[in-house]
Amino acid sequence: MGDTNANALTGTKKSKFRLSPPLTALIVAVILFVLSGLLPNGFNTWQTAVNQGLNILRLASFIAIIGAGQTLVIISGSEGIDLSAGSVVTIGALMTYMFINGSNDLILPVLLMVLVTGALVGLINGLGIIFLKISPFVMTLGMAGVVQGALILWTKGYYDGEVAPIMTRIIARDLVFGIPGMIFVWIIIGIAVTLLLTRTRFGKQLFAIGVNRQTARLSGVNVTLMVVMTYVIAGALAAFSGFLLVGYTQNAGPNLGNQYLFPSIISVAIGGTQMSGGKGTYFGTIAGAIVIQLITSLLTTMQLPQALQQIIFGSLLLGILVIYGRDKSLRL
Amino acid sequence: MPKSKKFNFSRWWTKLNVKYSIGLSLILVVVTTVIYFVIQPNILRPGQLNRLLTSNFRTWLPVILVTIGQAIVLLGGGLDLSNGAIVSVGNVILALTVVSPDEPGKNLLMILAVIGFGLFAGFVNGFFAAYLGLQPVIITFATSFVYSGFALLLLPTPGGAIPREYTSIYRNTNLIGFPITLIVIALVLLIWTFFRNRRYGRFLYAVGGDPSAAYTTGVPVTWMKISTYIISGLLASLAAIAYSLLTGSGLSSSGDDMTLASITGAVLGGISMSGGAGSVVGSVFGGIILGNIRNIISALRLNSWWRTLVNALVIVIALAGPGLFNLIRRKK
Repeated sequence: MGDTNANALTGTKKSKFRLSPPLTALIVAVILFVLSGLLPNGFNTWQTAVNQGLNILRLASFIAIIGAGQTLVIISGSEGIDLSAGSVVTIGALMTYMFINGSNDLILPVLLMVLVTGALVGLINGLGIIFLKISPFVMTLGMAGVVQGALILWTKGYYDGEVAPIMTRIIARDLVFGIPGMIFVWIIIGIAVTLLLTRTRFGKQLFAIGVNRQTARLSGVNVTLMVVMTYVIAGALAAFSGFLLVGYTQNAGPNLGNQYLFPSIISVAIGGTQMSGGKGTYFGTIAGAIVIQLITSLLTTMQLPQALQQIIFGSLLLGILVIYGRDKSLRL
Repeated sequence: MPKSKKFNFSRWWTKLNVKYSIGLSLILVVVTTVIYFVIQPNILRPGQLNRLLTSNFRTWLPVILVTIGQAIVLLGGGLDLSNGAIVSVGNVILALTVVSPDEPGKNLLMILAVIGFGLFAGFVNGFFAAYLGLQPVIITFATSFVYSGFALLLLPTPGGAIPREYTSIYRNTNLIGFPITLIVIALVLLIWTFFRNRRYGRFLYAVGGDPSAAYTTGVPVTWMKISTYIISGLLASLAAIAYSLLTGSGLSSSGDDMTLASITGAVLGGISMSGGAGSVVGSVFGGIILGNIRNIISALRLNSWWRTLVNALVIVIALAGPGLFNLIRRKK
């Protein structure tokens, strides 16, 4: 495609000093956080401010971990996206909830099963996209329906289970210095994904196929394998966030994951990852997730209806696309 | 056409496939209809055929209309993920305002308002996707969030009642022996054929096939693309009217399932996802095939827990169809 080609040209050319998108997002996050402190029921002491901040970070971590997979998929280019992530989060959460059923011994086998399930959905996504040439949006949206359908068939509308005590202790409660364990999990994933993107062959090849699949193929990248792998990792990460999420909420329902899908995509966009692929960082997604969670919290404290939040998020994504996502090659 | 003396079936068939690419979808229409008739035992009773035609097409019309719109966007090389949300908004507006048959003036005004919204929403999509040159998939994904948020804002819980006087016109009117819904489809196709055979149609296929080449030969590519989104918005608003008359009530998520259905219908109808190939008549066939499949599934009296999964699988398999076909053909 001609457009990805030109992206590579414009992407590398940086003549003027500009604030990088992840940094911008971080600044916006700080401003929003301070603003939220000024609200009537905001924080007024350092202690509450820190608690509030940690709470925001913990809630943002779920968006950011789903966003990790989303970042990889979006960087892989050719309109890559994972709209099945929401359903995969739900199925991961429900499997954890129903299979573990309060037993510490079952955590590892169930976690493995959850990861395999997520990876399997990702595998089907990847195979459909690369071999059957279905647009990632359409393929993953279709798979979202299939996963949801499988979920209904499996649970028959009956959700009964319990989270293991260890999970609660690690994920939901404070681990050290009042910092919830979830944050540490997030930091580990953050470092791992950043290393994966910047320090490994996988990362280098991912950016290569995101910029231009044709040139990547010609320079010896196994594009098919890369694309399939990316969707597999994204699926596994989504399922893993389901596992974490249920550890936090202690409860699971049939629509648990769907509310995280759009935030995860929009946080990738806020973080400056190019929606057409080939360019992006996980750090940006982290900053984006914090911004999104702050906005959500602000809207919740202002008691605005869910619908308005949806409109604001949609408009926000449009705005970001206009600012960052101009695809200059095909200006006709 | 078939009675002509010089009629050559194989040449006719080739033309059907090559020029209009509807041969396969025609076969599928026939096959699914036959299967449906076979499981429907009392089909040969007098009047039953007409009754079936009426009841089927009044259920299918909304999806068929959005499918036609999607087909036109796809032909122009785009993709519209917001058409379902436009349907939702239209449905909600009608359910909230068209409540009494005694105010024909106001009701007509509201119908015009719905159509106006469809045109406007389509223009917004086109503006971002074509004029600003952003990726249509992610843009319409974002706008779909804005539109469906709008629908949810207007009508948080299902409700509203459209007067029976209006719904019965839609549900049961027969003109010259055909249900009114079938006549609507015929009219839409007639209007489309008028434009298809003129400059607009040639330009559209040129834009979808190779935008750069079309641009250099003087086709107003941007405006052509914007127009496809406007048409899709218009047809979505018509679908909203049809849907409202069908159900007689409002639901803020009424169009959610239609987006993927419209893409699937278009693909089943032989429209290429990469633009510039296929025919709008085919997309109507695609809509009919989808409707038939839904009917077959419900006639099989599947356990209701299976229904979501089977419907989703049908969508994914239908989307996979063309890709599988190509894969097998390439292997030979």
